[in-house]
Amino acid sequence: MSAMNYFADGTPVGTPPGTFVETPKLRLTNLHKAFGSKVVLNGLDLEVGRAESLVVIGGSGTGKSVMLKCALGLLRADSGSIQIDGEETTRLGTRDRERVMRKFGMLFQGAALFDSLPVWENVAFGLIQGQKMRRDQAKEVAVEKLAAVGLAKEVAELFPSELSGGMQKRVALARAIATQPEIIFFDEPTTGLDPIMADVINDLIIKCVKDLGATALSITHDMASARKIADRIAMIYKGKIIWHGPVSEIDNSGNPYVDQFIHGRADGPIQMEVMHP
Amino acid sequence: MHGFSRSLNASGPNAVNRQAGAGERVSHLQGCHGGSMGFLTTTGRAFLVFLEATGRLMLFTSLAISHCFRPPFYFRLITRQMIDIGYYSLPVVGLTALFTGMVLALQSYTGFARFQAEGAVATVVVLSITRELGPVLAGLMVAGRIGASMAAEIGTMRVTEQVDALSTLATNPFKYLVAPRLIAGLTMLPFLVLVADIIGVFGGFLIGVYRLDFNPAAYIGRTWEYLEPMDVISGLVKAGVFGFVIALMGCYHGYQSRGGAQGVGAATTNAVVSSSILILVFNYLITGLFFSR
Ligand SMILES: Nc1ncnc2c1ncn2[C@@H]1O[C@H](COP(=O)(O)OP(=O)(O)O)[C@@H](O)[C@H]1O
Ligand SMILES: [Mg+2]
Repeated sequence: MSAMNYFADGTPVGTPPGTFVETPKLRLTNLHKAFGSKVVLNGLDLEVGRAESLVVIGGSGTGKSVMLKCALGLLRADSGSIQIDGEETTRLGTRDRERVMRKFGMLFQGAALFDSLPVWENVAFGLIQGQKMRRDQAKEVAVEKLAAVGLAKEVAELFPSELSGGMQKRVALARAIATQPEIIFFDEPTTGLDPIMADVINDLIIKCVKDLGATALSITHDMASARKIADRIAMIYKGKIIWHGPVSEIDNSGNPYVDQFIHGRADGPIQMEVMHP
Repeated sequence: MHGFSRSLNASGPNAVNRQAGAGERVSHLQGCHGGSMGFLTTTGRAFLVFLEATGRLMLFTSLAISHCFRPPFYFRLITRQMIDIGYYSLPVVGLTALFTGMVLALQSYTGFARFQAEGAVATVVVLSITRELGPVLAGLMVAGRIGASMAAEIGTMRVTEQVDALSTLATNPFKYLVAPRLIAGLTMLPFLVLVADIIGVFGGFLIGVYRLDFNPAAYIGRTWEYLEPMDVISGLVKAGVFGFVIALMGCYHGYQSRGGAQGVGAATTNAVVSSSILILVFNYLITGLFFSR
């Protein structure tokens, strides 16, 4: 597939970075979103190519989750355009929105498992409700998916509240991939996990995305995770993408904001909103 | 963004009377109105906020109703809600009705004995229970039991992003969460009230026969003598409306909750208070509708 060669690298020969010959899987253009007077997204542009893994890095509260929720249509953007496979989705009706939603899988920051349902039903949810699969058949698929994320059959019958944080993340990952989505969003997949579990999740993400041939858009402030799962990295700051490039260029981006972020320095152009006495 | 509480915060005491209590719990948490604002500005803003809240509720209601009629229907969830509302509320509604019927018999006897009209006790009991007390008391009890749990459950799902997760799994939250509850509320409350009617009248009968020494056959005869189908039917219509209102308020406030445990707590309070008040308001309106001279 020529598309693969093209996007895996991110900067194909003879083309300026960020331009694509074919339609990108997901394109956000000049996105604005404010809550009351608080401006969160301020003209954000982002493109993710087919079968590419893009990681957006940025500090807490910079609007990473809001960006994903706008792209999913869970939040309505104030202005700007959101295109999925070239189709404008900002003005879709209920039915078309549900059709487009079927292309997505999402791993929520807090796992967001349904606590009234056992683990297997969580994983099988999209299959039973969305694809109308029979329950016993869906359960088999669910157990398969749980095995794919390294969870034993016995876990299937437990309830989410009986699981540890790392296990919940893995169940959430299994749920996100169960319907074989074309685009998967990962919202801080490793936040709050110990470094070893974080690396397990990273490996699972890479494996799942590869197996599905899916497009992945992840957001994180964990640089180890970003370096591991990204083909391309973009940095969000004050509601805009201020830098993007292949993961290999992250250490010599020439961008002081990126440098400060990846080295985790308190001094630099990014000023945290902390009151100094 | 609780519709009612918000409108209270931004408004002066004038607007508070209109929907007393709907969010009094929350208002002191968010508090603080601009003191220097002119009277016109204050009332104007209060009015706008009130309109906005009303509009939001109307929009929610129409969306929720429209999803009740469009497939897919989640029969498994509808059944579960029906069992939760109809079956598990039986003890509390039954006990309420039993004691209400009993106390009605005692009190009306006390009153009627003063002008030698003791014979009317059975009639008064059955009319009060079927027309008024059965639906209202059952409604208020269920509002506390079911309205609160709906708001808490949906509110928790909301703040833990489970509602968003539903959407990403190609499931409409209105169809999956709201519609089954509305349908179950609308259908199960009349059933509960019918049971409450029977138990309440039976409570009156127990007191009438064992405490007030009525002849059992005569008491039953008096119960049926002046009872008209419309008495029972108007009570059941009320019950249907109350059931819908309870479920709607539970879902609406749960759906609007924001910001963690405190938001869910406020949603629960708002759901119970607003559905209780709406039950009393609709009770009056429906009584007026069925009332004829
Ligand atoms: N539903 C909401 N209502 C109001 N403000 C919100 C809402 N969601 C997010 N915000 C605000 O938007 C900003 C960005 O949030 P978020 O995207 O969650 O940050 P992060 O980059 O850490 O994921 C935060 O300051 C938050 O307070
Ligand atoms: Mg976030």
